[in-house]
Amino acid sequence: MSCTEVWWSEMEHIKMPKVENVRLVDRSSSRRTQVGTLYLTATHTIFVGKGSEDRSELWVLHSLVCNVLKHKASQSGYPLLIHCKNFQVIQFIIPQESDCHNVYISLSRLSRPEKYEELYCFSFNPNVDKAERGHSWDFLDLKAEYSRMGLPDKLWHVTAINREYRVCDTYPADLFVPKSVTLPVIIGSSKFRSRGRFPTLSYYCKENHATICRSSQPLSGFSARCLEDEQMLQAIMKSNPGSRFMYVVDTRPKLNAMANRAAGKGYENEDNYCNIKFQFIGIENIHVMRNSQQKLIEVSTLRSPSMGEFLTGLENSDWLRHIKSIMEAAVFISKAVAEEGVSVLVHCSDGWDRTAQVCSVASVLLDPYYRTLKGLMVLIEKDWISFGHKFSHRCGHLDGEAKEVSPVIDQFLECVWQLMKQFPCYFEYNEKFLISIHDHVYSCHYGNFICNSQKERKDLCIKEKTHSIWPHLWENKLDFTNPLFKPDQSQNQGLLRPRTAPYCFKYWRRLYNRFDRELHPRQSELDCLMTVKEETQQLEEELALYEQKLAVLDKERAKALYMQKGVLESKQTLWSLPLDTSLANTPQDYIGGFIGGAPNVFTLQQGERENAELCLFGDKPKSSDADNSDQESGVADFSSHSSGEESLPSEDSVKDPDSDETGPNRE
Amino acid sequence: MELSEHIKTANVEDVTLRRPFHPALRGTLCVTSHHLLFSNRKDEASWQLLILLKNIDAIEKRAVGSSGTITIKCKDLLVLQLEIPGMEECLNIASSIEALSSLESVTEMYPFFYRPSHLTLLGPWGLSTTEQYYKQTERLWDRWRVSKVNSDYSVCPSYPSAVIVPREVDDDKLIRSARFRQGGRFPVLSYCHHSNGMVIMRSSQPLTGANKKRCKEDELLLQAVIDGSELGYIIDLRSAQQAQQARMTGGGFESKSCYRHWKRIHRHHERGKVVQESLIKLVEACSDLSHSVDRWLSKLENSKWLSHVHSALSTAGLVVECVERDGHSVLVHGSEGTDNTLLVSSLAQIILDPASRTVTGFLCLLEREWIQAGHPFQQRCAHSAYSHARLKQECPSFLLLLDCVWQVWRQFPLALEFSEALLLRLAQEVYASNYGTFLCNSEQERCAAGVKENTHCLFQSMLKPDIEEQYLNPLYEPTDLAIWPSVHPQSLQLWTGMFLRWTEYAQNMEEAREEVWSIVKEHRERV
Repeated sequence: MSCTEVWWSEMEHIKMPKVENVRLVDRSSSRRTQVGTLYLTATHTIFVGKGSEDRSELWVLHSLVCNVLKHKASQSGYPLLIHCKNFQVIQFIIPQESDCHNVYISLSRLSRPEKYEELYCFSFNPNVDKAERGHSWDFLDLKAEYSRMGLPDKLWHVTAINREYRVCDTYPADLFVPKSVTLPVIIGSSKFRSRGRFPTLSYYCKENHATICRSSQPLSGFSARCLEDEQMLQAIMKSNPGSRFMYVVDTRPKLNAMANRAAGKGYENEDNYCNIKFQFIGIENIHVMRNSQQKLIEVSTLRSPSMGEFLTGLENSDWLRHIKSIMEAAVFISKAVAEEGVSVLVHCSDGWDRTAQVCSVASVLLDPYYRTLKGLMVLIEKDWISFGHKFSHRCGHLDGEAKEVSPVIDQFLECVWQLMKQFPCYFEYNEKFLISIHDHVYSCHYGNFICNSQKERKDLCIKEKTHSIWPHLWENKLDFTNPLFKPDQSQNQGLLRPRTAPYCFKYWRRLYNRFDRELHPRQSELDCLMTVKEETQQLEEELALYEQKLAVLDKERAKALYMQKGVLESKQTLWSLPLDTSLANTPQDYIGGFIGGAPNVFTLQQGERENAELCLFGDKPKSSDADNSDQESGVADFSSHSSGEESLPSEDSVKDPDSDETGPNRE
Repeated sequence: MELSEHIKTANVEDVTLRRPFHPALRGTLCVTSHHLLFSNRKDEASWQLLILLKNIDAIEKRAVGSSGTITIKCKDLLVLQLEIPGMEECLNIASSIEALSSLESVTEMYPFFYRPSHLTLLGPWGLSTTEQYYKQTERLWDRWRVSKVNSDYSVCPSYPSAVIVPREVDDDKLIRSARFRQGGRFPVLSYCHHSNGMVIMRSSQPLTGANKKRCKEDELLLQAVIDGSELGYIIDLRSAQQAQQARMTGGGFESKSCYRHWKRIHRHHERGKVVQESLIKLVEACSDLSHSVDRWLSKLENSKWLSHVHSALSTAGLVVECVERDGHSVLVHGSEGTDNTLLVSSLAQIILDPASRTVTGFLCLLEREWIQAGHPFQQRCAHSAYSHARLKQECPSFLLLLDCVWQVWRQFPLALEFSEALLLRLAQEVYASNYGTFLCNSEQERCAAGVKENTHCLFQSMLKPDIEEQYLNPLYEPTDLAIWPSVHPQSLQLWTGMFLRWTEYAQNMEEAREEVWSIVKEHRERV
């Protein structure tokens, strides 16, 4: 089926391409709405505001829609609630019930594509030619990454055994194994591992030859052994000449691993393998994580919760506990590699979820390269994409098994974010970068995160039919740079040693409440610092320019000119800075290009101040004077941000016995 | 009894000092009348730790064989351990610390002995007086005056000698109104908004009692505040129910019928012991590293500290909303009008008034709204989070203010001229200080004790140019607008700089701060 055919078939799902007089409700204040027109296209839901001064547009990709809900009809119409995978919640109110139903039916279908070809990346067609598209896929080169690590070397080499994906169809074609293992050993080992995911190299530390290897669980059952698998581990251990043992880290809770034995799977028996130290870590499975995030999202979308409700909800979600357990696993592994010089084999059940998380977070701790923009891209490309993290299943790209969906990659990004919070100067990228990646993982805008394995992507000709996200992110790297990054120091820093005390784990407001603008700082320290840094650089360039001119011109005259200009120039920049920074009151304008701007951009500029203020403390639009004259409702308005216990804090709730009588007891 | 008589052992050698995240040190320990001094002489370099005894909140002794260990828990949340060879020495040191850290007599406290060479006791004390403030604030001249009715502190013992009141209300009326308010704290001006002339007043509760007493002068005073405009708001910092109950004990609230042009809004705020216990629970939660994330969050929640921050900021927001957006004057009070009242009125000013967001402006605000306004510092800050002593009148109202200001700074990182360092310094000084600024409970007490003549002023010393620099926010860009903080729970955070101050967590933040400075400095050099 060609793209156009798909497009046409999608058009068939659109029962209602356009609805007029739809109201877009601002969630932070239900009375602040915008009236406009709703359009359904093959790829987007588009809302165009009607306001004369504020013709804002809202674009939502169908692939970002998580679910669509119809709510009970209200006075003003039929509410439709759209929850997105990037945690945006959009509420429309549609005047006619039949329209609402049609939009609901269309969106429900459009947001659950059945075939890969329906995904946006196959119809997304930026103005680039074929060569350029191919080039975009060459932006990252894993071969170069392995050679950056120092591979191949005299102990490790690439095996061609999986070139055709015959040994393991979820692994990449090129895999590093110890030179000393023979093909029969690899094949034997792969037969003894779930889904054939035999132990193979993920990270190599060239300073001390310690490695992080990854695999799936062994099919050990209660007593089964596999000589080849034992030889495999032995070879990995021996490829690290300095060490006398290796760790085998099972990232599952012990109970889960034991339960797996009944199904003929399980974990390594220390008695059968020479010189291994076996360790359980206790990260919960994808189902627990899915439920946990669901609870977290519920907490983050509570409407004006009290402090207690929020903290209790956060606690009950268990989300930060899971983040902590992943972090602790990564800390254990990174210390084993960097401090003990011991190699580690990491696995969980299938070796594509928890294993990917733990290996990649450990790599971020170990190697400053992964704390650079390009490095993080490479890391995701290697540990997640190439090693067969099941993006399609975990992100729910296609309509399918809801039980396969799980926020595994969200947790990885959040671990990196938690590290950034602890080490503000050691990361080249900022939080916007992580959020952008999160967006694109779910958006299906680019082909990188489509499918469940390299093989599937090859079969689907992803590289020929879609574009790669990485060059796009790289082009915007100025937006993603952390001004506090100190490259030299970070290089020297080597291993990061994060604290894992409970108070070190914070709620990621910028991700989970991303679209609730009123929740975020009004001014951005980062943006301000970036401006300052850019200006410094500009000034430096100007200075260099003037110095050049100086050399050419007559010395005396040139000097006079330079002084004059210098003064002028510096005055301008001095004054330009405050302007810029006061505009920094606008939080986050870093929404990816494909999601239009949110309806009311916050600024504290004079003109829009009223708007800005009213969302902070009030619940109701008070921009007009008519509202202000109504003092009673003004008071009701204040109650909206009371801590919750008193529903009516105004004095009307006090039965004031004085009110009808004139008190005789004057002092 | 002379202070030195408390000291039985002044010097001990071979003491081991343990601090969190530092290697143990051996050295000599000295106890003086006001300090604990540990010095470690290694080769040529020597390292010293000097702790004000008043900073010590609690000590614990433990015997290990023939030697003893003293754990010292400071009011600034630092915890130290001293291993002292010899049981007797250990007990002597401990009893000296116990006696000398809880001195009650103000004039025996260290500020009366602190005489640094670079400061002089001559010259005016403090940054400003009520009269000076009035003189500088032209917008007050028309409708407001300075009253000296309290010049001998007889009308209101906790008020300063001069207060600002409506011009048309004479001193006799003030005296009458004072009799009708708890502790004599009649309504006085706290702030007059620069853009519309609306004011924030503060007072204590009216003493209406069970019989619904009235006071005509008090009513006239408030009437004069709004001066013909239609409406003012009374923000009562108690729930409606609490305000009702207060009548049983002689207190009360302004009833609608007597104060026709005032609309009362009740906002519940915890006070006194409850807030102090919150602090204790919070610090306890922060110092226990062993527990899980769940336990941490439940302890954080259970401490309710952030809920207090939340209430304070949202009520301040409410006040600002009345003043700035709706253009009405506001009277703020709770019961005594010495804690939450000051908290809310000063936070509202930070949000409203750009002048209070500079270093000088902020310190002036604290001087006006806390020190002169009679926040009982000595009672409230007698103990901090570690003390096992039975709570009397302790309450970390001032620390709560600093936390709220920190939250505002997090949300508006460019709007305040000062940095977190200033807030941290104040949090430390309020509990134990070389300076006299936070001594006593009121101006009257400070006068009686001769604080102004015999101690140095903290705020003055902080404003010395070389010192002030460390308190500056490198990113400061003044804005004239009101800075409305978000009070959503997601927007409020634990003040890690304060409560995790002595952990390694704080060190990386220090590095980030330095980096910010170096970026800004580089820029300034180029410009």
